[in-house]
Amino acid sequence: MRHLSLTQAIETFVQDGACVALEGFTHLIPFAAGHEIIRQGRRDLHLIRMTPDIIYDQMIGMGCARRLTFSWGGNPGVGSLHRLRDAVENSWPRPLEIDEHSHAGMAAAYCAGAARLPFGVLRGYIDTDLSKANSLVRSVRCPYTGEDLSTVRAINPDTTVLHAQRADRQGNVAIHGIVGAQKEAALSASALIVTVEEIVDELPPAMNAIVIPHWIVSAVVLSPGGAYPSYAHGCYARDNAFYQRWDAISRDRESFRTWMQRHVLACSDHREHLVSLRETV
Amino acid sequence: MKDWTYDEMMTVAASRRLWDGCVCFVGIGLPSAACNLARLTHAPNIVLIYESGTIGTRPDVLPLSIGDGELAETAACVVPLPEVFSYWLQGGRVDVGFLGAAQIDRFANLNSTVIGPYDAPRTRLPGAGGAPEIAAHARQTFVVMRASPRSFVDQLDFRTSAGFLEGNGARARTSARGAGPQAVITDFGVLTPAPHTNELMLTALFHGATVEGARAAIGWPLATAADIEILPAPTADELSVLRALNARTAEAHRRPVELPA
Repeated sequence: MRHLSLTQAIETFVQDGACVALEGFTHLIPFAAGHEIIRQGRRDLHLIRMTPDIIYDQMIGMGCARRLTFSWGGNPGVGSLHRLRDAVENSWPRPLEIDEHSHAGMAAAYCAGAARLPFGVLRGYIDTDLSKANSLVRSVRCPYTGEDLSTVRAINPDTTVLHAQRADRQGNVAIHGIVGAQKEAALSASALIVTVEEIVDELPPAMNAIVIPHWIVSAVVLSPGGAYPSYAHGCYARDNAFYQRWDAISRDRESFRTWMQRHVLACSDHREHLVSLRETV
Repeated sequence: MKDWTYDEMMTVAASRRLWDGCVCFVGIGLPSAACNLARLTHAPNIVLIYESGTIGTRPDVLPLSIGDGELAETAACVVPLPEVFSYWLQGGRVDVGFLGAAQIDRFANLNSTVIGPYDAPRTRLPGAGGAPEIAAHARQTFVVMRASPRSFVDQLDFRTSAGFLEGNGARARTSARGAGPQAVITDFGVLTPAPHTNELMLTALFHGATVEGARAAIGWPLATAADIEILPAPTADELSVLRALNARTAEAHRRPVELPA
């Protein structure tokens, strides 16, 4: 485990062409890390997230992605992710290959990845066209009952990036609140970057919270506000009004690019990004 | 003069179908409003599960996203996401699942993936999320959708979630454990599957809606029951609880969030 700046962590662990998962189910989405990947101009990434959310809408719209593995690609409670749609419908700014799952299937694929099994198994995709659309969804006959069950190929990212409330100086990471598939995404990857709200001398007692031990973590990065406009339970709330505003910002290619230029590319780090947003509100 | 909207009546009609103590797998939007209306009126012990892993949640305002902090703070427990789908949903612990979609056909199969061909879609929709497995494993499902000939179609562009497949008992021969869609609640009334053919049939109308209006909104020749029930208008209590919930929610979603320092 190393303590790195976000710039160093992305330079070290996210190369062009890499398979990268920025996880966090609505909660603790690593926006600061996604923005740094955009600033460093990464290309040809295979992006993995159950819910691409605004962060992948931004990365796809800025041309970082070649492929997307996902299970629900909307702006939660608002509507479409317009940049994702533009990439799939019009190949803008470049074509995007997709591996599309259901949530249950993608969760099973992460679990298999964490357990280092070749595939996950579930009673899923029953009589749906998804199993025809995604060649990674197949089936196996149960050796005990003879039942046909669906399988999904394991997900094993080169690098997973998470955001967490806190880490201690040794690099143990504690996450509480809605925990999504973070633990599975962490354990299925070759390298793990965790951005955190704060670094403390000692983690609070964490009964039932998820703790990722330091020897699983490649790098810890101090990044206060790093999940905004998603949220960090106990630190700040989800900015639902921003999620609603994103619909208009992202609908049009030009207004999207202008926003990204002003609020991401022109900012040297996440602190400046947050300052730039404060100036416009 | 009626003092309620058909959208409000859809929420009320969905809410009335839920019983005290029933375990509901809830989606965002109208289903979330219906489930919480039931909890705040006739079903105080209803158990609400959101796919973000919040079980037994009692939100004061409706969440904008499936994972708002409000859901975790008011939950009986919060479990990891793979567990929600494997132990709880696939494990057969859910009585009622709610589904919506962009397209539905006469056997209540659903499309929430694409309009047009999958490889070159005219409209790319958000996709499956939890729907295919909710459709398979909840003991029964309710579909909630506003009706138009563009959404209630003769032929789906893509089958994201299975209803009754081609009808005539086809679903019962698959490995899906749940009974499938038992009601489609729309903005003129309710369609339910006919016993043997499984084809959706108009069985209930909202107060003031007509059979002709219903037929005009459906993209296939709609079968109608011999006796169509007229559902009572929302009560004063239902309306005031629902409107207060929606007002609290709108206010909460507009509230500016303090940007992290």
